[in-house]
Amino acid sequence: MNAIDVRLRHRLGTFQLAVEFRTPGDGVTALFGPSGCGKTSVLRAVAGLLRVGQGLVQVNGDCWQSDTHFVPVHRRALGYVFQEASLFAHLSVKRNLLYGWRRVDPAQRRLGFDTVVELLGIGPLLARDTRRLSGGERQRVAIGRALLTSPRLLLMDEPLAALDQAARRAILPYLESVQRELGVASLYVSHDPDEVAHLADHLVLLDAGRVVACGAAADLLTRLDLPLARFENATAVVQGQVAHYDPDYALNWIELREGRVAVAGAPLPAGGPVRVQVRARDVSLALRAHTDSSILNVLPVQVSALEDVSDAHRLVRLQLGDGQMLLSRITRRSSDTLGLRPGMALYAQVKSVALMD
Amino acid sequence: MEPYWEPVWLTLKLATVTTVILLLAGTPLAWWLAKTRSWGRDLVGSLVALPLVLPPTVLGFYLLLLLGPDGPLGRLTQGLGLGTLAFTFPGLVVGSVLYSLPFVVQPIRNAFEALGERPLEVAATLRASPLARFFDVAVPLARTGFLTGAVLGFAHTVGEFGVVLMIGGNIPGETKVLSVAIYDHVEALEWAQAHWLAAGMLVFSFAVIFTMYRVEKRWR
Repeated sequence: MNAIDVRLRHRLGTFQLAVEFRTPGDGVTALFGPSGCGKTSVLRAVAGLLRVGQGLVQVNGDCWQSDTHFVPVHRRALGYVFQEASLFAHLSVKRNLLYGWRRVDPAQRRLGFDTVVELLGIGPLLARDTRRLSGGERQRVAIGRALLTSPRLLLMDEPLAALDQAARRAILPYLESVQRELGVASLYVSHDPDEVAHLADHLVLLDAGRVVACGAAADLLTRLDLPLARFENATAVVQGQVAHYDPDYALNWIELREGRVAVAGAPLPAGGPVRVQVRARDVSLALRAHTDSSILNVLPVQVSALEDVSDAHRLVRLQLGDGQMLLSRITRRSSDTLGLRPGMALYAQVKSVALMD
Repeated sequence: MEPYWEPVWLTLKLATVTTVILLLAGTPLAWWLAKTRSWGRDLVGSLVALPLVLPPTVLGFYLLLLLGPDGPLGRLTQGLGLGTLAFTFPGLVVGSVLYSLPFVVQPIRNAFEALGERPLEVAATLRASPLARFFDVAVPLARTGFLTGAVLGFAHTVGEFGVVLMIGGNIPGETKVLSVAIYDHVEALEWAQAHWLAAGMLVFSFAVIFTMYRVEKRWR
């Protein structure tokens, strides 16, 4: 029963929410959609903060709501991170963190206080007054406070939306390490495609109170019929394995089934699985494998679909040898010059890839 | 002539008892007024606020009728073997509670409303039961409202005159509070005694309000 099942029907004024999805009960599931599509309402309903008349919420075998059954919010093993940190103003940072922690039966505590504090880097803040924290610090404390209840499901409602760009970039690695180190299943609401590409393992795409698509992030990110591939910064996520580190050039070589890519930076442990991000606009296409250019990463691919995204640009969905997908954003003119059509075999030249975890 | 301290002591006793009762009864009432969406809210809210606009003598007059030997509440208390409450200390307490009600309920209600739903929702997601949310989150976050309510309720009871005169009369040691004592002294042309009590009250009132502002500032 390692799954999260959600089925909700609810009327909010003139807005009709009719949502049904099932997502794996581990990793991060992002609820993605434009403002007003109902993603926050879905999250609040899963938590029990929004009481919907007709609903089913099941989390890894625990039934939180059904037609005959409604578990009150405080009896659900969940953590909730709101858009604004919402720390208790009358308590210190430490007592904020302990507020939920001391209400959990010690036998049920899976995450240690010191572990969480260290992971989020909030040790130096413990004695501080919550009003003296920066936006990013406040949100890290709020995440820690939620984690310290050892939730079976962590619900996050655009936790980075209220932060400026710099704070957002600073906090993302913490969120990633929360997922990597603690392995808490999460539902993550976002309208930022970058964030989704960064964090999500699974995706539920929402629009106007309905589920548009639901599935693995790597697949939905590159689907040309869905909105994520059409963003300016559209990104594909590819899984590979660290082959070796080249100390002369400070490059990690990451092996795919056919071909390899180079990532600059500190050496990674060889043999480990890694995920890399490839932006659509960093991928150009060639009919032959060039070795006479500055581009290191050349991968054999097959065109799986094409779609015009503007008068000038075309998006190409490419399949790697092992079935993983890439996106390439090129001009229509280049596409026509190369004579691209589905099924065609060619080479993707990737200018740069970024490591995800 | 009764000693000076008797009306002072009686007044402080009345104000303390009244304030404690108002905090205990006014808090749930303020919570309900702040949270309910039922149509009864405005009705109850108006009733609570009524003493703000009503002349104290009107309130005192009706209380006298209600609590007197022929009033419905008077019959009830007599039936219970308690006698009538008019012209007694408990009668004064009843009058003071009603008269000072809005001064306690309103600040607490405002503080609860200013709190919003968010802190309570956060507490619920952190496993706090409804009761724990109320005592651990709502009450401490609304503490300035409680402080203001308690001080205003206390000070307002100390200063009341009309209601007391109507339902309490002027019985030394039982219902003769400060404000009535000052009035008596003036009537009897005992200016010196009136001065002592009046000036003491002035200093006391100022000290209370001033301290309240200071504490409130620190709590914010």
